[in-house]
Parts: sequence; structure tokens; C-alpha cells
Amino acid sequence: MEIIVCIKPVLDPDLPPAKFTVDGKKNEVIPPEGVPFVMSPYDALAVEAALRIKEAQGGKITVLTQGTKYAEEIMRKALAMGADEGVILSDPAFEDSDGFGTAHVLAQTVKKIGKFDLILCGRQAADWDAGVVGSLIAEYLNIPVVIRAKSIEVLDGVLKIERISTNGSEVFELGLPALVTLSSEMGQVRIPSGWGIISAAKKQVPKWGATDIGTDPSQTGAAAAVNRLVKLYVPVYERKCEMVTGKDPAEAAARLTEKILAIKP
Amino acid sequence: MTTKNILVFGEVEKGRLAPITKELLGGARRLSDQVGAGVNLLVAGALSGESLQDAAEFGTDIIYHATDPGYGEFSSDAYSFLAVELCKKIDPVLCLMGQTDLGRDIAPRIAARLGAGLCMDCVEVRFDPAQNIFVQTRPAFGGKALAEFSSPAGKLQVNTIRAKSMEPAATQAGRKSELMEIKEGPDPSAIKTKLVSVKVLETDGIKLEEAKIIVAGGGGLGSAEGFTIIKELADALGGVIGATRVPVDENWVPLSIEIGQTGKIVSPDLYIAIGISGAAQHITGMVSSKKIVAINKDPDANIFKISDLGLVADYKTVVPVLIEKIKESAR
Repeated sequence: MEIIVCIKPVLDPDLPPAKFTVDGKKNEVIPPEGVPFVMSPYDALAVEAALRIKEAQGGKITVLTQGTKYAEEIMRKALAMGADEGVILSDPAFEDSDGFGTAHVLAQTVKKIGKFDLILCGRQAADWDAGVVGSLIAEYLNIPVVIRAKSIEVLDGVLKIERISTNGSEVFELGLPALVTLSSEMGQVRIPSGWGIISAAKKQVPKWGATDIGTDPSQTGAAAAVNRLVKLYVPVYERKCEMVTGKDPAEAAARLTEKILAIKP
Repeated sequence: MTTKNILVFGEVEKGRLAPITKELLGGARRLSDQVGAGVNLLVAGALSGESLQDAAEFGTDIIYHATDPGYGEFSSDAYSFLAVELCKKIDPVLCLMGQTDLGRDIAPRIAARLGAGLCMDCVEVRFDPAQNIFVQTRPAFGGKALAEFSSPAGKLQVNTIRAKSMEPAATQAGRKSELMEIKEGPDPSAIKTKLVSVKVLETDGIKLEEAKIIVAGGGGLGSAEGFTIIKELADALGGVIGATRVPVDENWVPLSIEIGQTGKIVSPDLYIAIGISGAAQHITGMVSSKKIVAINKDPDANIFKISDLGLVADYKTVVPVLIEKIKESAR
């Protein structure tokens, strides 16, 4: 089983809102000092899912990530978790791509690698939350896709995917090669072992640019973005909160009840 | 020559138009009046006469109804095929669908095939007449930020819309729409995945998204037993329970009642948040509730900033009092 996993570095989604600030002129998030970027948590699930499949039936896991800053760090983490190989897609022409541009770069890389059975991605990146890159890669490669999987089984070359839905879950069957995106219902992600970290540090991770993978320059980068970000801001949702008090919690609760009953529909 | 139009990909629940579809038709109607376009609705599968009437009265000009059994149940492959074929035929300026299982699945696929612009999970889509473009607003960074996008003129936009973001139009009784049947089924070569089973996790009674009163619990409840207490409060008020991400991750409650960025988007008349700190990813899913009441031990909890009424207390001491008093008042 040849598995390709796509991962992305993101600003730590657990960053408290108080530390989250935006540069309104550049329409960019200002990363607080000393807070490193992390592998997008859904992408870490994709690495975990790949490892579980490999453990069950053997295979090879190749990890792809795009960008310069923090790409190396999260790539080392994926390798330390147990992935076999990695490629960093790095070229000024790729910077500030939208979902289409990112998917174009990744699909071209997959074509260059050539041999693959399964591509795994996170259901969405924990920064822009769009959840489209996986589906777009599948479209560009013309392969079947299931999004938001909670479990993956491979039986005689057929994938059986349970995916979450609004009202529960659905099970799909599809042939290989295919692309699947992972949701958090899949379970816990392993922590790299000491040995994993040491062996990951020794691995060579090649960097491929636009000429290596043969991307069309009109398809990537900021200039190729279809919809353009014109404003990024922190919304203010504040309301005037009336704090209910009393001589003891019971009295406060009784007062709150009266107020609730007064506004209850 | 096709007429300028906005296409809504509708959804049907138990033979009737889903609430999200009525919201989309409302949004499409308002935009279409500014753009000078008609509103077309695409629906697949079994549909009652009442829903066809609903569609007309909520503002549809032409209903495209795909009746082939190949569209009888949800299929990302079949529905993508259907939407692409119809878009090629009627050339809409904007294609709207809900940020639902359907929209999340097919919007990117349709956009890729048609070379369209794409914006997911929009809370607003407006028309800028000066530039003749659509402008979308959507949450990002787990709800910590809002982002506004401008789209290129003259290119189809495929946008998914978050529930409760658009108001349904006022119904016009007796309004008529044209019905066009799409008899052709999906191209068999387009079908690459097969749905083999569906598991439905029913929350008892009222659906979370349609509830008028929601009592929600967070990590501060500390255990699954905490939800038994708040369920009692919800029952006394005639509401339903919801939860934040933490209780779902801890397996205290099922995923189906999660509210927030990765769960359901709700907008009830009354939202009571208990043991909820107010993380951005939760707030983004409930901030448009009419009245918000918060109970939390921590006086600095973020939830109080977005609440109308607050009580700083341990929920275990005050919620039983609330239950008792509410039951008393009902007698």
C-alpha cells in the first residue's frame, strides 16, 4: 500500500483568543512571539490513519507539505511519528496560493511520484477552515473521494470508509486509488517515540520546486487566486451582561430563574 | 440564450424542503433582485407536492427536479454530476448551497469542474453593484476571525452558506413557479463511490437546529453525569441539550449534539451556557442566539462577554435550584 499524506503548518488553533491579533493593513494574522506553528490537527489524524493502515498490512508512507516556514518542523514530526519519506514543496511561485493553487501543486507532486494507492488529508486546515483541498486534489487526479472519515478499512483492494454526517454516519465503498480526508472522530494521534525522533532527524527530505513537479505558473501563487481576501478582522460579539447576584447561591439562582422565565419563549 | 439566474441546490428532508434551503432561497431572492436575475432551484429525489408549492412561495422562479432513481439517495458523485450538467445548461452567475453534508462535499468538486470561484461556509454574500461582483464573508481561524473575499466579475461563484445566516423570504401564498423535470440519470462512469449503509443518531424529540430553547454544557460540567443535570433543566424548560467540543471528545455526549465550528450552528430564542468558557470555536456556532444566559464558576470566563445574563457559581449548587423553581412556576 503506497500512501501519500498531505500536511500543513498552521498557527496553533488552541491559541487563546486574547493572543490572536490581525494586521488590518496587510490582512494577516500576527503570530504571537514564541508561539510555534503546529501540524494542523486534522492533518496529524491523516498521518495517524496512514500509520494504522501500514501497521495492519504493510506499505510505505510519503508525506507532502508546502511552504518554507515551519514546513521542515512539521515534516520531522510526521517522520518521527513513523512516516517513511517526505517531500517539501517549496517555490516562491507557490506562495499565497488559494485552495485551487495548493491542490494543483499537490496533485502535480502526486503525478510526479507516480505510484500511489491512497492519499490522505485532514478534513480542513485549522487556519482557513475551508475543507476543499482534498476534494480538489481528487478532482485534478480524477479519483474517488470521501471526506470527513472516522475510520478506514482496506479489504482486497476495496476501501470501506465510515464518515461522519450531520445525523450520524455513512459507510461508503470505493476502489483504489482514492483520496480520503480525516475527521477528529477517528481517535487519538500517537506521540513520536524517542527512537522515532532520532531516526526522523537522519532522514533526507528533498525540496521540490515548480520546475521539478511541472506546475503551470498561471495556476499557483497569489496572482492565480480566484477569490481575493480583501479584509481580515476579529469580530466583536460583545453584549452587555447583567450579572445576577444574591446573598447566597440559592438566592442568586432563584433570581436568575425569574429572569429566565421572563425572557423564555 | 439563457436568462441571468442564481441557482440554489436544495435539500429535502422527509419529502419537504429543508430549513437551510428556505434560507438560501431567501438570500437568493434578495440577491437576484439586485442583480436582475431569476432564482432557480435544483432538487433531487422524491419530493412532495407541498415542497414544490413551498419552493414557489419562498421565491423560486424555476424548479429543476431530478427524478431519476440514480439521484434517490445522497451521492457526492451523482450530485456533482447533476449540478455540473445543469450549470453548463443554464449558466448561473451564482450557485448557492448549504454548508451541509451536501455542500461541503460537492461545492469544491463542482467549482473545480466548472473553473468557478469558491467560497465555503459564508455567513454573508452580498452584491457590489459598482464592481458588479459578489462579496463573501466567512469565519476563519476557528471563528476567531472573519474574512471578506471579493470574487472576479463574470465568473460563476459556488458558495456554501452557513445555517441561520440568511433569512427565508416572506412567503407569498399562491405564488407560482415553473417546474422542469430532469429525467436523465447520472453518467454511470461518474459514480465511483457506493453508499452501503447509513447510521442515524437520533437526538430525542426536537432537532437541535430548530429548538427554541437550548441548554448547553461544556468541559466545566466535569463528567457525563453533569449532562443528566442539565438535561433535567432542558426538560423543565421544554428545550434540548447541546454541548461544546470537550464533552464530545471526552465521550460524555454524542457528536450529534455538538455546537460550534465543527458541529451544529444554532440560533435559538434562549441559549443557556453552563460550564462553558466561551472558546471561539463554540461561540461561532451560537452567537446569534436571541438571548444568552451563562453560568460559570470563573468570573473572567469569555462566555460572559457575549451573554445577556450571567451568574458566577458552581453549576452543581445552582442548577438544581433553577430546575425546582422552573417546575414550581409551571404548576
